[in-house]
Amino acid sequence: MSIGIERVEYVLHLADNALILGQRLGEWCGHGPVLEQDIAMTNIALDYIGRARMLYQYAAGICSPESTEDQLAFMRNEWEYRNLLLVERPNGDFAHTVARQFFLEAFQMDYFKALQHSGDATLSAIAEKSIKETAYHFKWASEWVIRLGDGTEISHHRMQEAVDALWPFTGELFCEAPCESWMRKSFDCPDPAAMRSGWSARLQSVFAAAGLEIPTGNWMQEGGKTGRHTEHMGYILAEMQYMQRAYPGMEW
Amino acid sequence: MDTENMQKAMPTLSFEERIEKDEKIEARDWMPEEYRRTLIRQISQHAHSEIVGMLPEGNWVTRAPSLKRKAILLAKIQDEAGHGLYLYAACETLGVSRDDLLRELHSGKAKYSSIFNYPALTWADMGAIGWLVDGAAIMNQIPLCRTSYGPYVRAMVRICKEESFHQRQGYEIMLTLSRGTEVQRNMAQDALNRWWWPSLMMFGPGDSDSVHSLQNLRWKIKRFSNDELRQRFVDMTVPQADLLGLKIPDPRLCWNPERNHYDFGPIDWDEFWNVVKGNGPCNRERLSDRVAAYENGAWVRDAAIAHAQKQRSKQVPAAS
Ligand SMILES: [Fe+2]
Ligand SMILES: [Fe+2]
Repeated sequence: MSIGIERVEYVLHLADNALILGQRLGEWCGHGPVLEQDIAMTNIALDYIGRARMLYQYAAGICSPESTEDQLAFMRNEWEYRNLLLVERPNGDFAHTVARQFFLEAFQMDYFKALQHSGDATLSAIAEKSIKETAYHFKWASEWVIRLGDGTEISHHRMQEAVDALWPFTGELFCEAPCESWMRKSFDCPDPAAMRSGWSARLQSVFAAAGLEIPTGNWMQEGGKTGRHTEHMGYILAEMQYMQRAYPGMEW
Repeated sequence: MDTENMQKAMPTLSFEERIEKDEKIEARDWMPEEYRRTLIRQISQHAHSEIVGMLPEGNWVTRAPSLKRKAILLAKIQDEAGHGLYLYAACETLGVSRDDLLRELHSGKAKYSSIFNYPALTWADMGAIGWLVDGAAIMNQIPLCRTSYGPYVRAMVRICKEESFHQRQGYEIMLTLSRGTEVQRNMAQDALNRWWWPSLMMFGPGDSDSVHSLQNLRWKIKRFSNDELRQRFVDMTVPQADLLGLKIPDPRLCWNPERNHYDFGPIDWDEFWNVVKGNGPCNRERLSDRVAAYENGAWVRDAAIAHAQKQRSKQVPAAS
């Protein structure tokens, strides 16, 4: 087995998370609940697209000389994407978008700090940039979890409903895919399972302030990290890949 | 009566004098009611145009052909949202709230730039909109950086800087397409065909038919007439189209050495007034998208207010 395969898969996992979440947030563009939040979500989307670009460029460099960021982002098949199921969940109402963001950022808070110390210099540099972004995104998401959880009866109900609906997609955050364990052994990349205690602590403090219940179900959905996605993925790709598929090989 | 008292007794005179001397009018200053109303109408129309204008482009964010283009497009639309914010804030200095203005937009009473009632059908439209629509907007807006109302001037200075980026980015998309494959060149030409005339209409009716023009020029709310600005836009854009190798869809377009301007064919004002009245291809969609976003967001805004109130009432006993 060539040395690059696990690394490419690992980088693609991080890149696909960033791209698909950026894509989802981009769907809000022009339709946010208030102009300031339209801007905030676009900001976050921009951070994610920017991160995806750095990661795809890195992956393309390892893959082959002809490979490009756009080829990796737009020309792969559904089962080749390695993103978490969580990030492909639909935007739903604003509460779903907030819950999705909160669950992921609460995980990434420690994850990128750990990744910064990996032996892979490029990933370490990308992680360093992502730490700052994640701190801002986490703050944004937590504040909204609290506002909506605490705000009105309706918003409380909607926020709890969103948390409950997305809960089964949180387990995958902590499952170590083969490429992750290979990167942990070879380059000191983080073990996702080790993020659980920090993640749970964040949930506890934010949910307490929001007056929300932490769901107790422990039957979790997984598969995204190994390329088995939900029904939503096909639609995301149909839209996202449309131009590259319809007009292959052109410069834009 | 000394001069100072005379000014107090006849505030209009001092207002007109200040306008004459190119002094900026500030929010706290006395102003004629009609001046205030005109400004509110103009600035809020502009603000509404910024946020309705996010829709045709937002429509392409999820389908942008490359990651770089996706990021540029997102950033551009974010700028437009920011423009909306500055402009609503400028309106608020004149004593109207953003909510009041949005209610007028949603009821169909307030207008926004009709250009956004045309559909963005292909990726080339992202180029044509940046190049032509932002380009025409700049033509209209640069003189507004010297308009007479201070808060409006400050908003416009920031906005114009960003609009010129948008225009360059749009032109760059067109340039890439025009140097691409045949299908890309066709896509670019098709977009120019569809956006050219609506862009010329962005300057508003001809000077002989424009109702608000004269007083607005006198108050320096406007500084050039619609037709002057339209001519400037044509003169600037024709050579740019030539450089792209694209053909402007106007058989009567030609250089007039005597006038030192391009002559161009007649504008279809029937179409213009129909789109203004609500019969454009996307009027209903644009408005219903804005209304839906506002209504679907009501519970979020209510929650934020309720939470802030709870926080305040928690702080009060602690402070006493
Ligand atoms: Fe703008
Ligand atoms: Fe613009």
